[in-house]
Amino acid sequence: MLTLKCPYCGVHADETELHPGSEAHLKRYGPGSSDDEFEGYLFMRENPKGVHFERWRHVYGCGKWFLAARDTNTLEVFGTYSAQTTEPPQEIKEAITAKRPGWSWREFQ
Amino acid sequence: MKRYSVFAVAREALRYHSGWERAWASPEPKKKYDVIIIGAGGHGLATAYYLGKNFGITNVAIIEKGWLGGGNTGRNTTIIRSNYLQDPSAAIYEKARSLYETMSQDLNYNVMYSPRGVMMLAQTQHEIRGYQRTAHANALQGVKTEFIGPERVKELVPIINISGPRYPVLGALWQDRAGTARHDAVAWGYARACSDMGMDVIQKCEVTAIRREGGKVVGVTTTRGDIDCNKLGVVVAGHTGVVADMAGFRLPIESVALQALVSEPIKPCMDVVVMANTVHGYMSQSDKGEMVIGGGADGYNNYTQRGSFHHIEETVRALVETFPMISRLKMLRQWGGIVDMTGDRSPIISKTPVENVFINCGWGTGGFKAIPGSGWAMAELIAKGEPGPLAEEFSMWRFREGKFIDESVAAGVAH
Repeated sequence: MLTLKCPYCGVHADETELHPGSEAHLKRYGPGSSDDEFEGYLFMRENPKGVHFERWRHVYGCGKWFLAARDTNTLEVFGTYSAQTTEPPQEIKEAITAKRPGWSWREFQ
Repeated sequence: MKRYSVFAVAREALRYHSGWERAWASPEPKKKYDVIIIGAGGHGLATAYYLGKNFGITNVAIIEKGWLGGGNTGRNTTIIRSNYLQDPSAAIYEKARSLYETMSQDLNYNVMYSPRGVMMLAQTQHEIRGYQRTAHANALQGVKTEFIGPERVKELVPIINISGPRYPVLGALWQDRAGTARHDAVAWGYARACSDMGMDVIQKCEVTAIRREGGKVVGVTTTRGDIDCNKLGVVVAGHTGVVADMAGFRLPIESVALQALVSEPIKPCMDVVVMANTVHGYMSQSDKGEMVIGGGADGYNNYTQRGSFHHIEETVRALVETFPMISRLKMLRQWGGIVDMTGDRSPIISKTPVENVFINCGWGTGGFKAIPGSGWAMAELIAKGEPGPLAEEFSMWRFREGKFIDESVAAGVAH
């Protein structure tokens, strides 16, 4: 069973306590954006077989949203971190690089 | 190809079954084909078959990373139905269902299509209204379905508990020409027919790159060398995102795990398929007597063909309430498949940003029932370069245009 540590309350929560919220670090576009940008934001997804950044909500715990870095091919979890950020913190990036050298995700790597 | 028939069985019985030939050839890839189909699952093989049958294009290779029908074609719960709400869905699924009815004769291969009837239980007032609406929509679409009351449900499925404490059965959407088929046989039958038309079914050959020149596809690089092509069809279900990445475009798709399980075999007790979408579970009985059980998909991206254990628990819990007699059944096997989910839960059969690359994906949790219709529509798209009437609404650009075919709301959950 998938277990993620909630970065807010520190609980190692299993997935029955959590709710998945799909891809993280989406750049939001609103009125005035181009059709391409808006389509990309609303519908297009990376869906990689490998390193994936995603949103989770600790729904039966503190109720807060947080972010996780996980490998969709092995289900290995690289770490979880606060949702109040536009890109993964350095230690998460390093943890991924240690195990998946050469990984990339849109603009950061 | 020698035809299968009762005479062939009799002839072989008299000579120790020494005369059966291989059902399909396993050739080395050629340098170039008119059309390459990536993915030898049901949809890919059906696409190739109808390219040959309807359009006379037989210089075709179907290349497969694993083995024939080893992905979702061999991992589903074999349900075939066409009681969808939206017109484009009803059209393509009904086309598929009608092709299933004559598939064994068409392919000269017994796919064991069993039109035993599919019932979708209404267990809330909301569902009653939803399914009555679907029944009316189906009447307009020419798909024969009806809304039946709880007494009729009990008559058709004596083992069901219609007065459960949480979710009593209030009625059902009933399609009597829906049913099940033998999933492996569908892939094998198509592969045999394709091979017979001179197409190359190439297994254990993984595509590692899609070669393009000037925005146009020229071939693929595989683990067995480069193969050139004029047109490329991508029909890879759960791995659609990975292959689209090779071709350099993104899709509105996320891949998640969907699980199924079967019980130990028991005596015949249920001769229809029952789906309970509110409580998230569906069940039918296989010819071997196993109860075939499916539930909802996991919520997070996953490529491992393994699902979460708690989803099995949820599914089984719901079904035990609906069918109390299964409470002591032992489960024999459990497995998962990777399904490609679009935002509106409808498939994509479309041209792509790369010229002469065509994509057929996004069937999500409901691909098996669509195999012949999907192949029919995809073959037309590849042959003509433009979608025909079955495929035109399923363009990958419908999201940008807001022209959803919204079955996620219409169909509730399970497909």
